[in-house]
Amino acid sequence: MSPDSLVAHHGEFAEDHSHEPNNVFGFWLYLMTDCILFATLFAGFAVGRHQYAGDVSGHDIFDLKYVGVETALLLVSSSTYGFAMIGAYQHKLNQVLVWLGITFLLGAGFVGMEINEFHHLVAEGHGPDRSAFLSAFFTLVGTHGLHVTCGLLWMLVLVVQLTVLRKPLDTRYVNRLMCLSLFWHFLDIVWICVFSLVYLMGVR
Amino acid sequence: MLGRMTLADVAILDSPIIMAAGVFMALVVAAIVGTITYTKSWVYLWKEWITSVDHKKIGIMYIIVAIVMLLRGFSDAIMMRAQQAMAYGGHAGYLPPHHYDQIFTAHGTIMIFFMAMPFMIGLMNIAVPLQIGARDVAFPFLNSFSFWMTAVGAILVNVSLVLGEFGQTGWLAYPPLSELKFSPGVGVDYYIWSLQLTGLGTLLTGVNFFVTIVKMRAPGMTWMRIPIFTWTILCTAILIMAAFPILTVTFGMLSLDRYLGMHFFTNELGGNQMMYVNLIWAWGHPEVYILILPAFGVFSEVVPTFSQKRLFGYKAMVYATVCITFLSFVVWLHHFFTMGSSANVNAFFGITTMIISIPTGVKIFNWLFTMYRGRIQYTSMMLWTMGFMVTFVIGGMTGVMLALPGNDWVLHNSLFLIAHFHNVIIGGVFFGYMAGLTYWFPKATGFKLNDSWGKASFWFWLTGFYVAFMPLYVLGFLGMTRRMNHYDNPQWTPYLWIAAFGALIIAAGIACTVIGLVVSIRQRHLPQNQDVTGDPWNGRTIEWSTSSPPPFYNFAVLPHVDALDAFNETKKRGLEARETPVYSDIHMPRNTPAGFIMSVAAGIVGFALIWHIWWLAIIGMLGVVGTFIVRSCNDDIDYYVPAAEVARIEGLHNARVAQLELTHVA
Repeated sequence: MSPDSLVAHHGEFAEDHSHEPNNVFGFWLYLMTDCILFATLFAGFAVGRHQYAGDVSGHDIFDLKYVGVETALLLVSSSTYGFAMIGAYQHKLNQVLVWLGITFLLGAGFVGMEINEFHHLVAEGHGPDRSAFLSAFFTLVGTHGLHVTCGLLWMLVLVVQLTVLRKPLDTRYVNRLMCLSLFWHFLDIVWICVFSLVYLMGVR
Repeated sequence: MLGRMTLADVAILDSPIIMAAGVFMALVVAAIVGTITYTKSWVYLWKEWITSVDHKKIGIMYIIVAIVMLLRGFSDAIMMRAQQAMAYGGHAGYLPPHHYDQIFTAHGTIMIFFMAMPFMIGLMNIAVPLQIGARDVAFPFLNSFSFWMTAVGAILVNVSLVLGEFGQTGWLAYPPLSELKFSPGVGVDYYIWSLQLTGLGTLLTGVNFFVTIVKMRAPGMTWMRIPIFTWTILCTAILIMAAFPILTVTFGMLSLDRYLGMHFFTNELGGNQMMYVNLIWAWGHPEVYILILPAFGVFSEVVPTFSQKRLFGYKAMVYATVCITFLSFVVWLHHFFTMGSSANVNAFFGITTMIISIPTGVKIFNWLFTMYRGRIQYTSMMLWTMGFMVTFVIGGMTGVMLALPGNDWVLHNSLFLIAHFHNVIIGGVFFGYMAGLTYWFPKATGFKLNDSWGKASFWFWLTGFYVAFMPLYVLGFLGMTRRMNHYDNPQWTPYLWIAAFGALIIAAGIACTVIGLVVSIRQRHLPQNQDVTGDPWNGRTIEWSTSSPPPFYNFAVLPHVDALDAFNETKKRGLEARETPVYSDIHMPRNTPAGFIMSVAAGIVGFALIWHIWWLAIIGMLGVVGTFIVRSCNDDIDYYVPAAEVARIEGLHNARVAQLELTHVA
């Protein structure tokens, strides 16, 4: 046999050249480490949640209606991201872009509302340096908000890559959208825990 | 402009010792830069090493970092031993407290984070993909990024020597001492940011190797055919993924206390110091097993190879490893029985701690039974292993003593504890890594380490260890607490002199290792030192079936694994070598400078945060994120090696082996 015919003959065990499934699996594992990161922050919050040090408690500062709207924005954004993924699997770029745009606006609204909440607290003299409770509250909720902000930046980068840089919506980019999707839903789940454990249990 | 940095922070000006260390470091750096420039190697270094995503090269770089930091950490150790030998009664010794405190903090931090961890990750980088028959790790770019984060963290620690100060808090920086109120300087900030950087690198390594081992094993390698070393790395990866996020958050909270005036661990406004101690040990105890499990893995490769029979109780070994992985998460409280938790809580953690000795005992017996009636070759690797078995068992038993809460209340924070953990870390972790280094050195480089110097190093280390640390057990019983800069009890002095002498013996052991490395590199072309076949020890697992050093693609044809110790089976049947392989194109990742650039930018962020140079921190952060985005837009990250090129490289190797066989016949 000539060398050329050997090249064409991929053996039974020729490796799968695309590492894409590994990407999603690896990213999911990273999310599990992120989960432990949040678990540790929740543990810190559990330790500090009644240490008001003479300052405000959750009952004094939480406005459930405001947080309810915030929560609604994030939960709806998870659904809209789902529609973007349906578009991605059907390789419909416009559908992906429209739904990503809506998701981005909802996410930005969430982050904006959170920043506004933080701003008010600090302006009224209840900043994170006033008590262990406020330190734990700002850190837990702020870390979640920082994650959402990173998600927004990532979304922006993907949109620019798909539009301005004209990257094809192939397996590679569908997988990237998939990773961001995992990230986005994960942050939703974390927020549900934040909403229940921090806000709902805090206003009692 | 420069934050809180002033001319007075250039620390070399106030102490002759630091000045000497600074000058020495400057000379070493100048010598390295000069040599590279003189030999015109900058381009080579950049193309072949700095931007490399090859796991074998990354592994070698990790081990170089580990050896350099071993020298740094050991010079701290010998300074401490000298100080304590001298500083009795009216003598103050030669180290003022604020300097001495930095030294013991740096010693612990460096030895764990920048010696043991890079050493372990280096070994796993070299061995694991080869052991499972993979061409690289799952995420080669991430691997390069992880390494450079570790290297940048190590550089930050060394910068603290000449610019500013290091922490004076002990290696875990317990608050409230590490809070701004009691440590207002930059020392704790150096500590935090160097460890945050390397910690992120380690976390990503954990994810990377878990995916590699789960997804990229050669066809036929079922779970119960995975070499034990790879099994231990799999469990280590799980521990890293589960434990390092806790460390990140704990240091994050401490930073928020220090930078934004929060109250997680402060004395006032509801802060809770014991939360820090709990969290840091919820990371810290698994960390101990992150270090020791790979050492167990090395021994499980070395013992069968040099006893020339299969490992006794392979499955028991796997289950024991998995048991230890789980148990390591339910013992953390034994580090602070004196916290004041109830007797039942202490009893729970005391019992779980003692239970860990059962799977560990299983392992010891497995190694012993493997050696039983084996034809043992007493190489330096086997010596490290046997030295480990004796020393580690003693260390384990003193550990069980400390696991009894009643005992612990007496021995807590004494030199008995120091002796115990050096007993297991030196006698277990370090001996294991030295055996691993000697074992896989020819695989990584193509030539063997000089075994006489290796044996000399072992004997100095073994005797040095006992002379240096057995007196510390006695001192613990005599009531000497750890981290003392000065003491009044004349009874302690003779023991401290013996311990200092022991440290000198260990210094001789380290010298032998360094000389052995130099001798081996200089004599690498001698035929008896060359590893032409790729199988210098008559090995059993498939990393020995490829050439040494392996081609960058590791295996020309992916091996098919049909048994445990697959390569040994193949050799017994005498197959494969005579088959004509069929080569095909090989898919490989391209080198990239992105990991290096991102890490340097992250190092700049860390440095800027330490000194409160906010504008620089922002620029550095933009560098990290920007580089990552640019990298994500690059689609040209891989290529194919044509089958003809593979055939050419394999042909060269086969010709060398044939040449060797001819000389043997002649």
